[in-house]
Amino acid sequence: MEALLHQVMLGISNGAIYGGVALALVMIFKSTHHVNFAQGELAMFTTYVSWTLIQAGVPYWAAFALTLMFAFALAAAIQGLILQRVQHAPVLVVVIVFIGLLIFLNSMASWIFGTTIKPFPSPFAVDAWYGTAYFSPHQVGMTVVTLATLAAVYGFFRYTRLGLAMRAAAINPISSRLVGVRVDLMLALCWGFAGLLGAVAGMMAAPMFYLAPDLMSGILVYALAAALLGGIDNPWGAPIGGFIVGVAENLAGSYLVGTQIRLSVALLIIVVVLLFKPSGLFGRKSVVRV
Amino acid sequence: MAKRIAIAACLTAAVAAPFLISGFHTFQLTQILVYAIALLGLNLLTGYSGQISLGHGAFFAIGAYVTAIMLDHAWLPYWATVPLAGLVCFAIGFAFGLPALRLEGPYLALATFALAIATPQILKHDKLESWTGGVQGIVLDKPEGPFTGLLDPDQWLYFVTLVAVIALYVAAWNLVRGRTGRALVAIRDHPLAAATMGIDTALYKTTTFGLSAMYTGVAGALGALLTGFVSPDSFTILVSINFLVGMVVGGVASIAGNFFGAAFIVILPNIAGDISDSAPWAIYGVILIVLMILMPRGIAGVVRAVAARRPST
Amino acid sequence: MSALLELRGVSASYGAAPVLQSIDLAVEQGAVVALLGANGAGKTTLLRAVCNMMVRTGGEIRLAGKRIDGQSTAGIVRLGVAHVPEGRGTFEELTVAENLRLGSYVRRDADGVTRDLARVLGYFPVLEQRQRQQAGTLSGGEQQMLAIARALMLRPKLLLLDEPSFGLAPMVVQKIFEILGTINRQESIGMLLVEQNARLALDLASHAFVLETGRLVMSGEASTIAGDESVRRAYLGM
Repeated sequence: MEALLHQVMLGISNGAIYGGVALALVMIFKSTHHVNFAQGELAMFTTYVSWTLIQAGVPYWAAFALTLMFAFALAAAIQGLILQRVQHAPVLVVVIVFIGLLIFLNSMASWIFGTTIKPFPSPFAVDAWYGTAYFSPHQVGMTVVTLATLAAVYGFFRYTRLGLAMRAAAINPISSRLVGVRVDLMLALCWGFAGLLGAVAGMMAAPMFYLAPDLMSGILVYALAAALLGGIDNPWGAPIGGFIVGVAENLAGSYLVGTQIRLSVALLIIVVVLLFKPSGLFGRKSVVRV
Repeated sequence: MAKRIAIAACLTAAVAAPFLISGFHTFQLTQILVYAIALLGLNLLTGYSGQISLGHGAFFAIGAYVTAIMLDHAWLPYWATVPLAGLVCFAIGFAFGLPALRLEGPYLALATFALAIATPQILKHDKLESWTGGVQGIVLDKPEGPFTGLLDPDQWLYFVTLVAVIALYVAAWNLVRGRTGRALVAIRDHPLAAATMGIDTALYKTTTFGLSAMYTGVAGALGALLTGFVSPDSFTILVSINFLVGMVVGGVASIAGNFFGAAFIVILPNIAGDISDSAPWAIYGVILIVLMILMPRGIAGVVRAVAARRPST
Repeated sequence: MSALLELRGVSASYGAAPVLQSIDLAVEQGAVVALLGANGAGKTTLLRAVCNMMVRTGGEIRLAGKRIDGQSTAGIVRLGVAHVPEGRGTFEELTVAENLRLGSYVRRDADGVTRDLARVLGYFPVLEQRQRQQAGTLSGGEQQMLAIARALMLRPKLLLLDEPSFGLAPMVVQKIFEILGTINRQESIGMLLVEQNARLALDLASHAFVLETGRLVMSGEASTIAGDESVRRAYLGM
């Protein structure tokens, strides 16, 4: 029983990371109707940037903040300079652009920072008071930071004027222009937030999974599964999907099939769920008007 | 007319090629042909039927392993393994196509993605090791062919593949030009209208999934004969991604596009490597992005646009 | 004093297909102008051309003397043009209150916005009750009122209305047109009103233009056009 609880808690803390990245995916999907396959590599790249800052002696939380700003800017630039040029292209073309981005970022990270695994510091001291037998301080801190970031993002969208404009741009770009919203700018900002969420996830995941160019590729798969499970167009579904995927993956890994095949099993579980709820648990069924 | 001349010219060049180029280049050319079959399979599904698949690497792997296992246990001669691989993959593809009917867009992409991710892991699994050879995989002997005096194994395999390519392409061409092709395009573009016209959407879609898997499985079988080796790690998700890239760069829903795309995925990484040793994949990534911005209809699209500007004969 | 809105030699097309040709039209300050014609005549396209939305335009479009053709839609809106589009264009997932807030998105005067909100809710009291509701759950008439209210929150100089009567019950339509009349009188907002319901439009408007397959075939005082038998039968189906 204790072991089960431990696995569940572990799943929840991993799930916070998956949920954060999932929210980034949902945000971009809602506003552009594309799945950002390069989300993981973008997060990984910005995590390397934070590592570089920390290596250079910048204190952790300052490096954290600077990295978030960098991630925001980089993501917004990718949308404004690259994706905007293919915004009217067929879906498959955009998918290839994302694949190109993914390959580019991965390769650049390997080239600039090398492929050897690097330890990444955690800002949460190993013997901190909030650690328990089940939850290391890092896991507690990671969950709190991720949830706090999610809450801040939600708050921004719900209560600020700019957040409202960004939501409007995602829901109805034509009507948004009619109230004076600069939709292209809103899309770039939306990407900026997605980049920011990815950077948080990367920096929280790196101490546990070690920093290497493939840090986020596995996480991206789980996050994608989480986003789809929650409903690819539902921002509230993303963290819930994240927790479910985190717990399912962990339990499958410990009780069913061992760590080797856990990824496949987690995905297969999700696919089965999708068969019963094709738009995800909380997704909106698109009603096609004839 | 110009088209027929072009096809005739290509065929002549194709038949002459292995006698004019080195063994390694013959190998590469055979590789391109193999991928051309695989891409045709993917194109049938995604280009004509509009169902996205990130998982065709799985069918490629299954086809390859069918051949490998049959040869390893000496249960079938090499040439018979290829159609068997096709049939097995058809069945699996059709079976996969049934639940896939319920999924759309990114959800279907995820399901196929799951299939692609699962495949190497299943292949590595201990329970199946006696069949699949586990992590080490299976080594195959290259088939020699009956004309050992005239044709070395590379050349023989090239011609076997070429015959397969021609047969499969003619079949696909007929399919696409005929009623089935029109039905598929109708289903892709206006599923509701297609259904109201009496087209059994479900049957067409699942059959297409099966055919698509079959083509890719045949390609996998031929690929296994070509490389002489199968192992789980040769069939990671990268294979599926590569197929997708090849299809779009070549030109979706274009028969000729598959050859352009296959050539692209075989040759480009080498070119990228020539441009930069340290970060060849970064160059590859940039090339992909630039190509999509400049040529969203793929290479075939550019060829078509150029051909359209000239006065037709 | 120049007209509020002036179109000179305006053409518009979607891609290669030309829809409007050599349109000359004016809306005076504070006037209501009706734009009439059969389905497919190009009325919606003309409104879109004014906002530079989804069409390619040629010719000159001036707002209070200043040229606006070629500017971005958001830029034209910031100059005081509010467009209530075909189909209302409500943000269905957002609440009524959020829709109204978006109407005043470009404004910086918080006090003015508050006052305008009160006034707008005064015109459409039903919206006040439904402020927290999702806009998509409102009835057709209420959504139309919301769309007009949202446009008013801009404090526009010019209001473009695309078929406000579409799909609505006659009583609701009557009410909406009464309110439009009130708004026009009390606030001197100029209106360019596209309507298939010619009678309603001609009652409200002072001037009218009639479009047929992309060209202006008639213009004049609303009462004259309404009174002319042959015009009514040929173009307006009245």
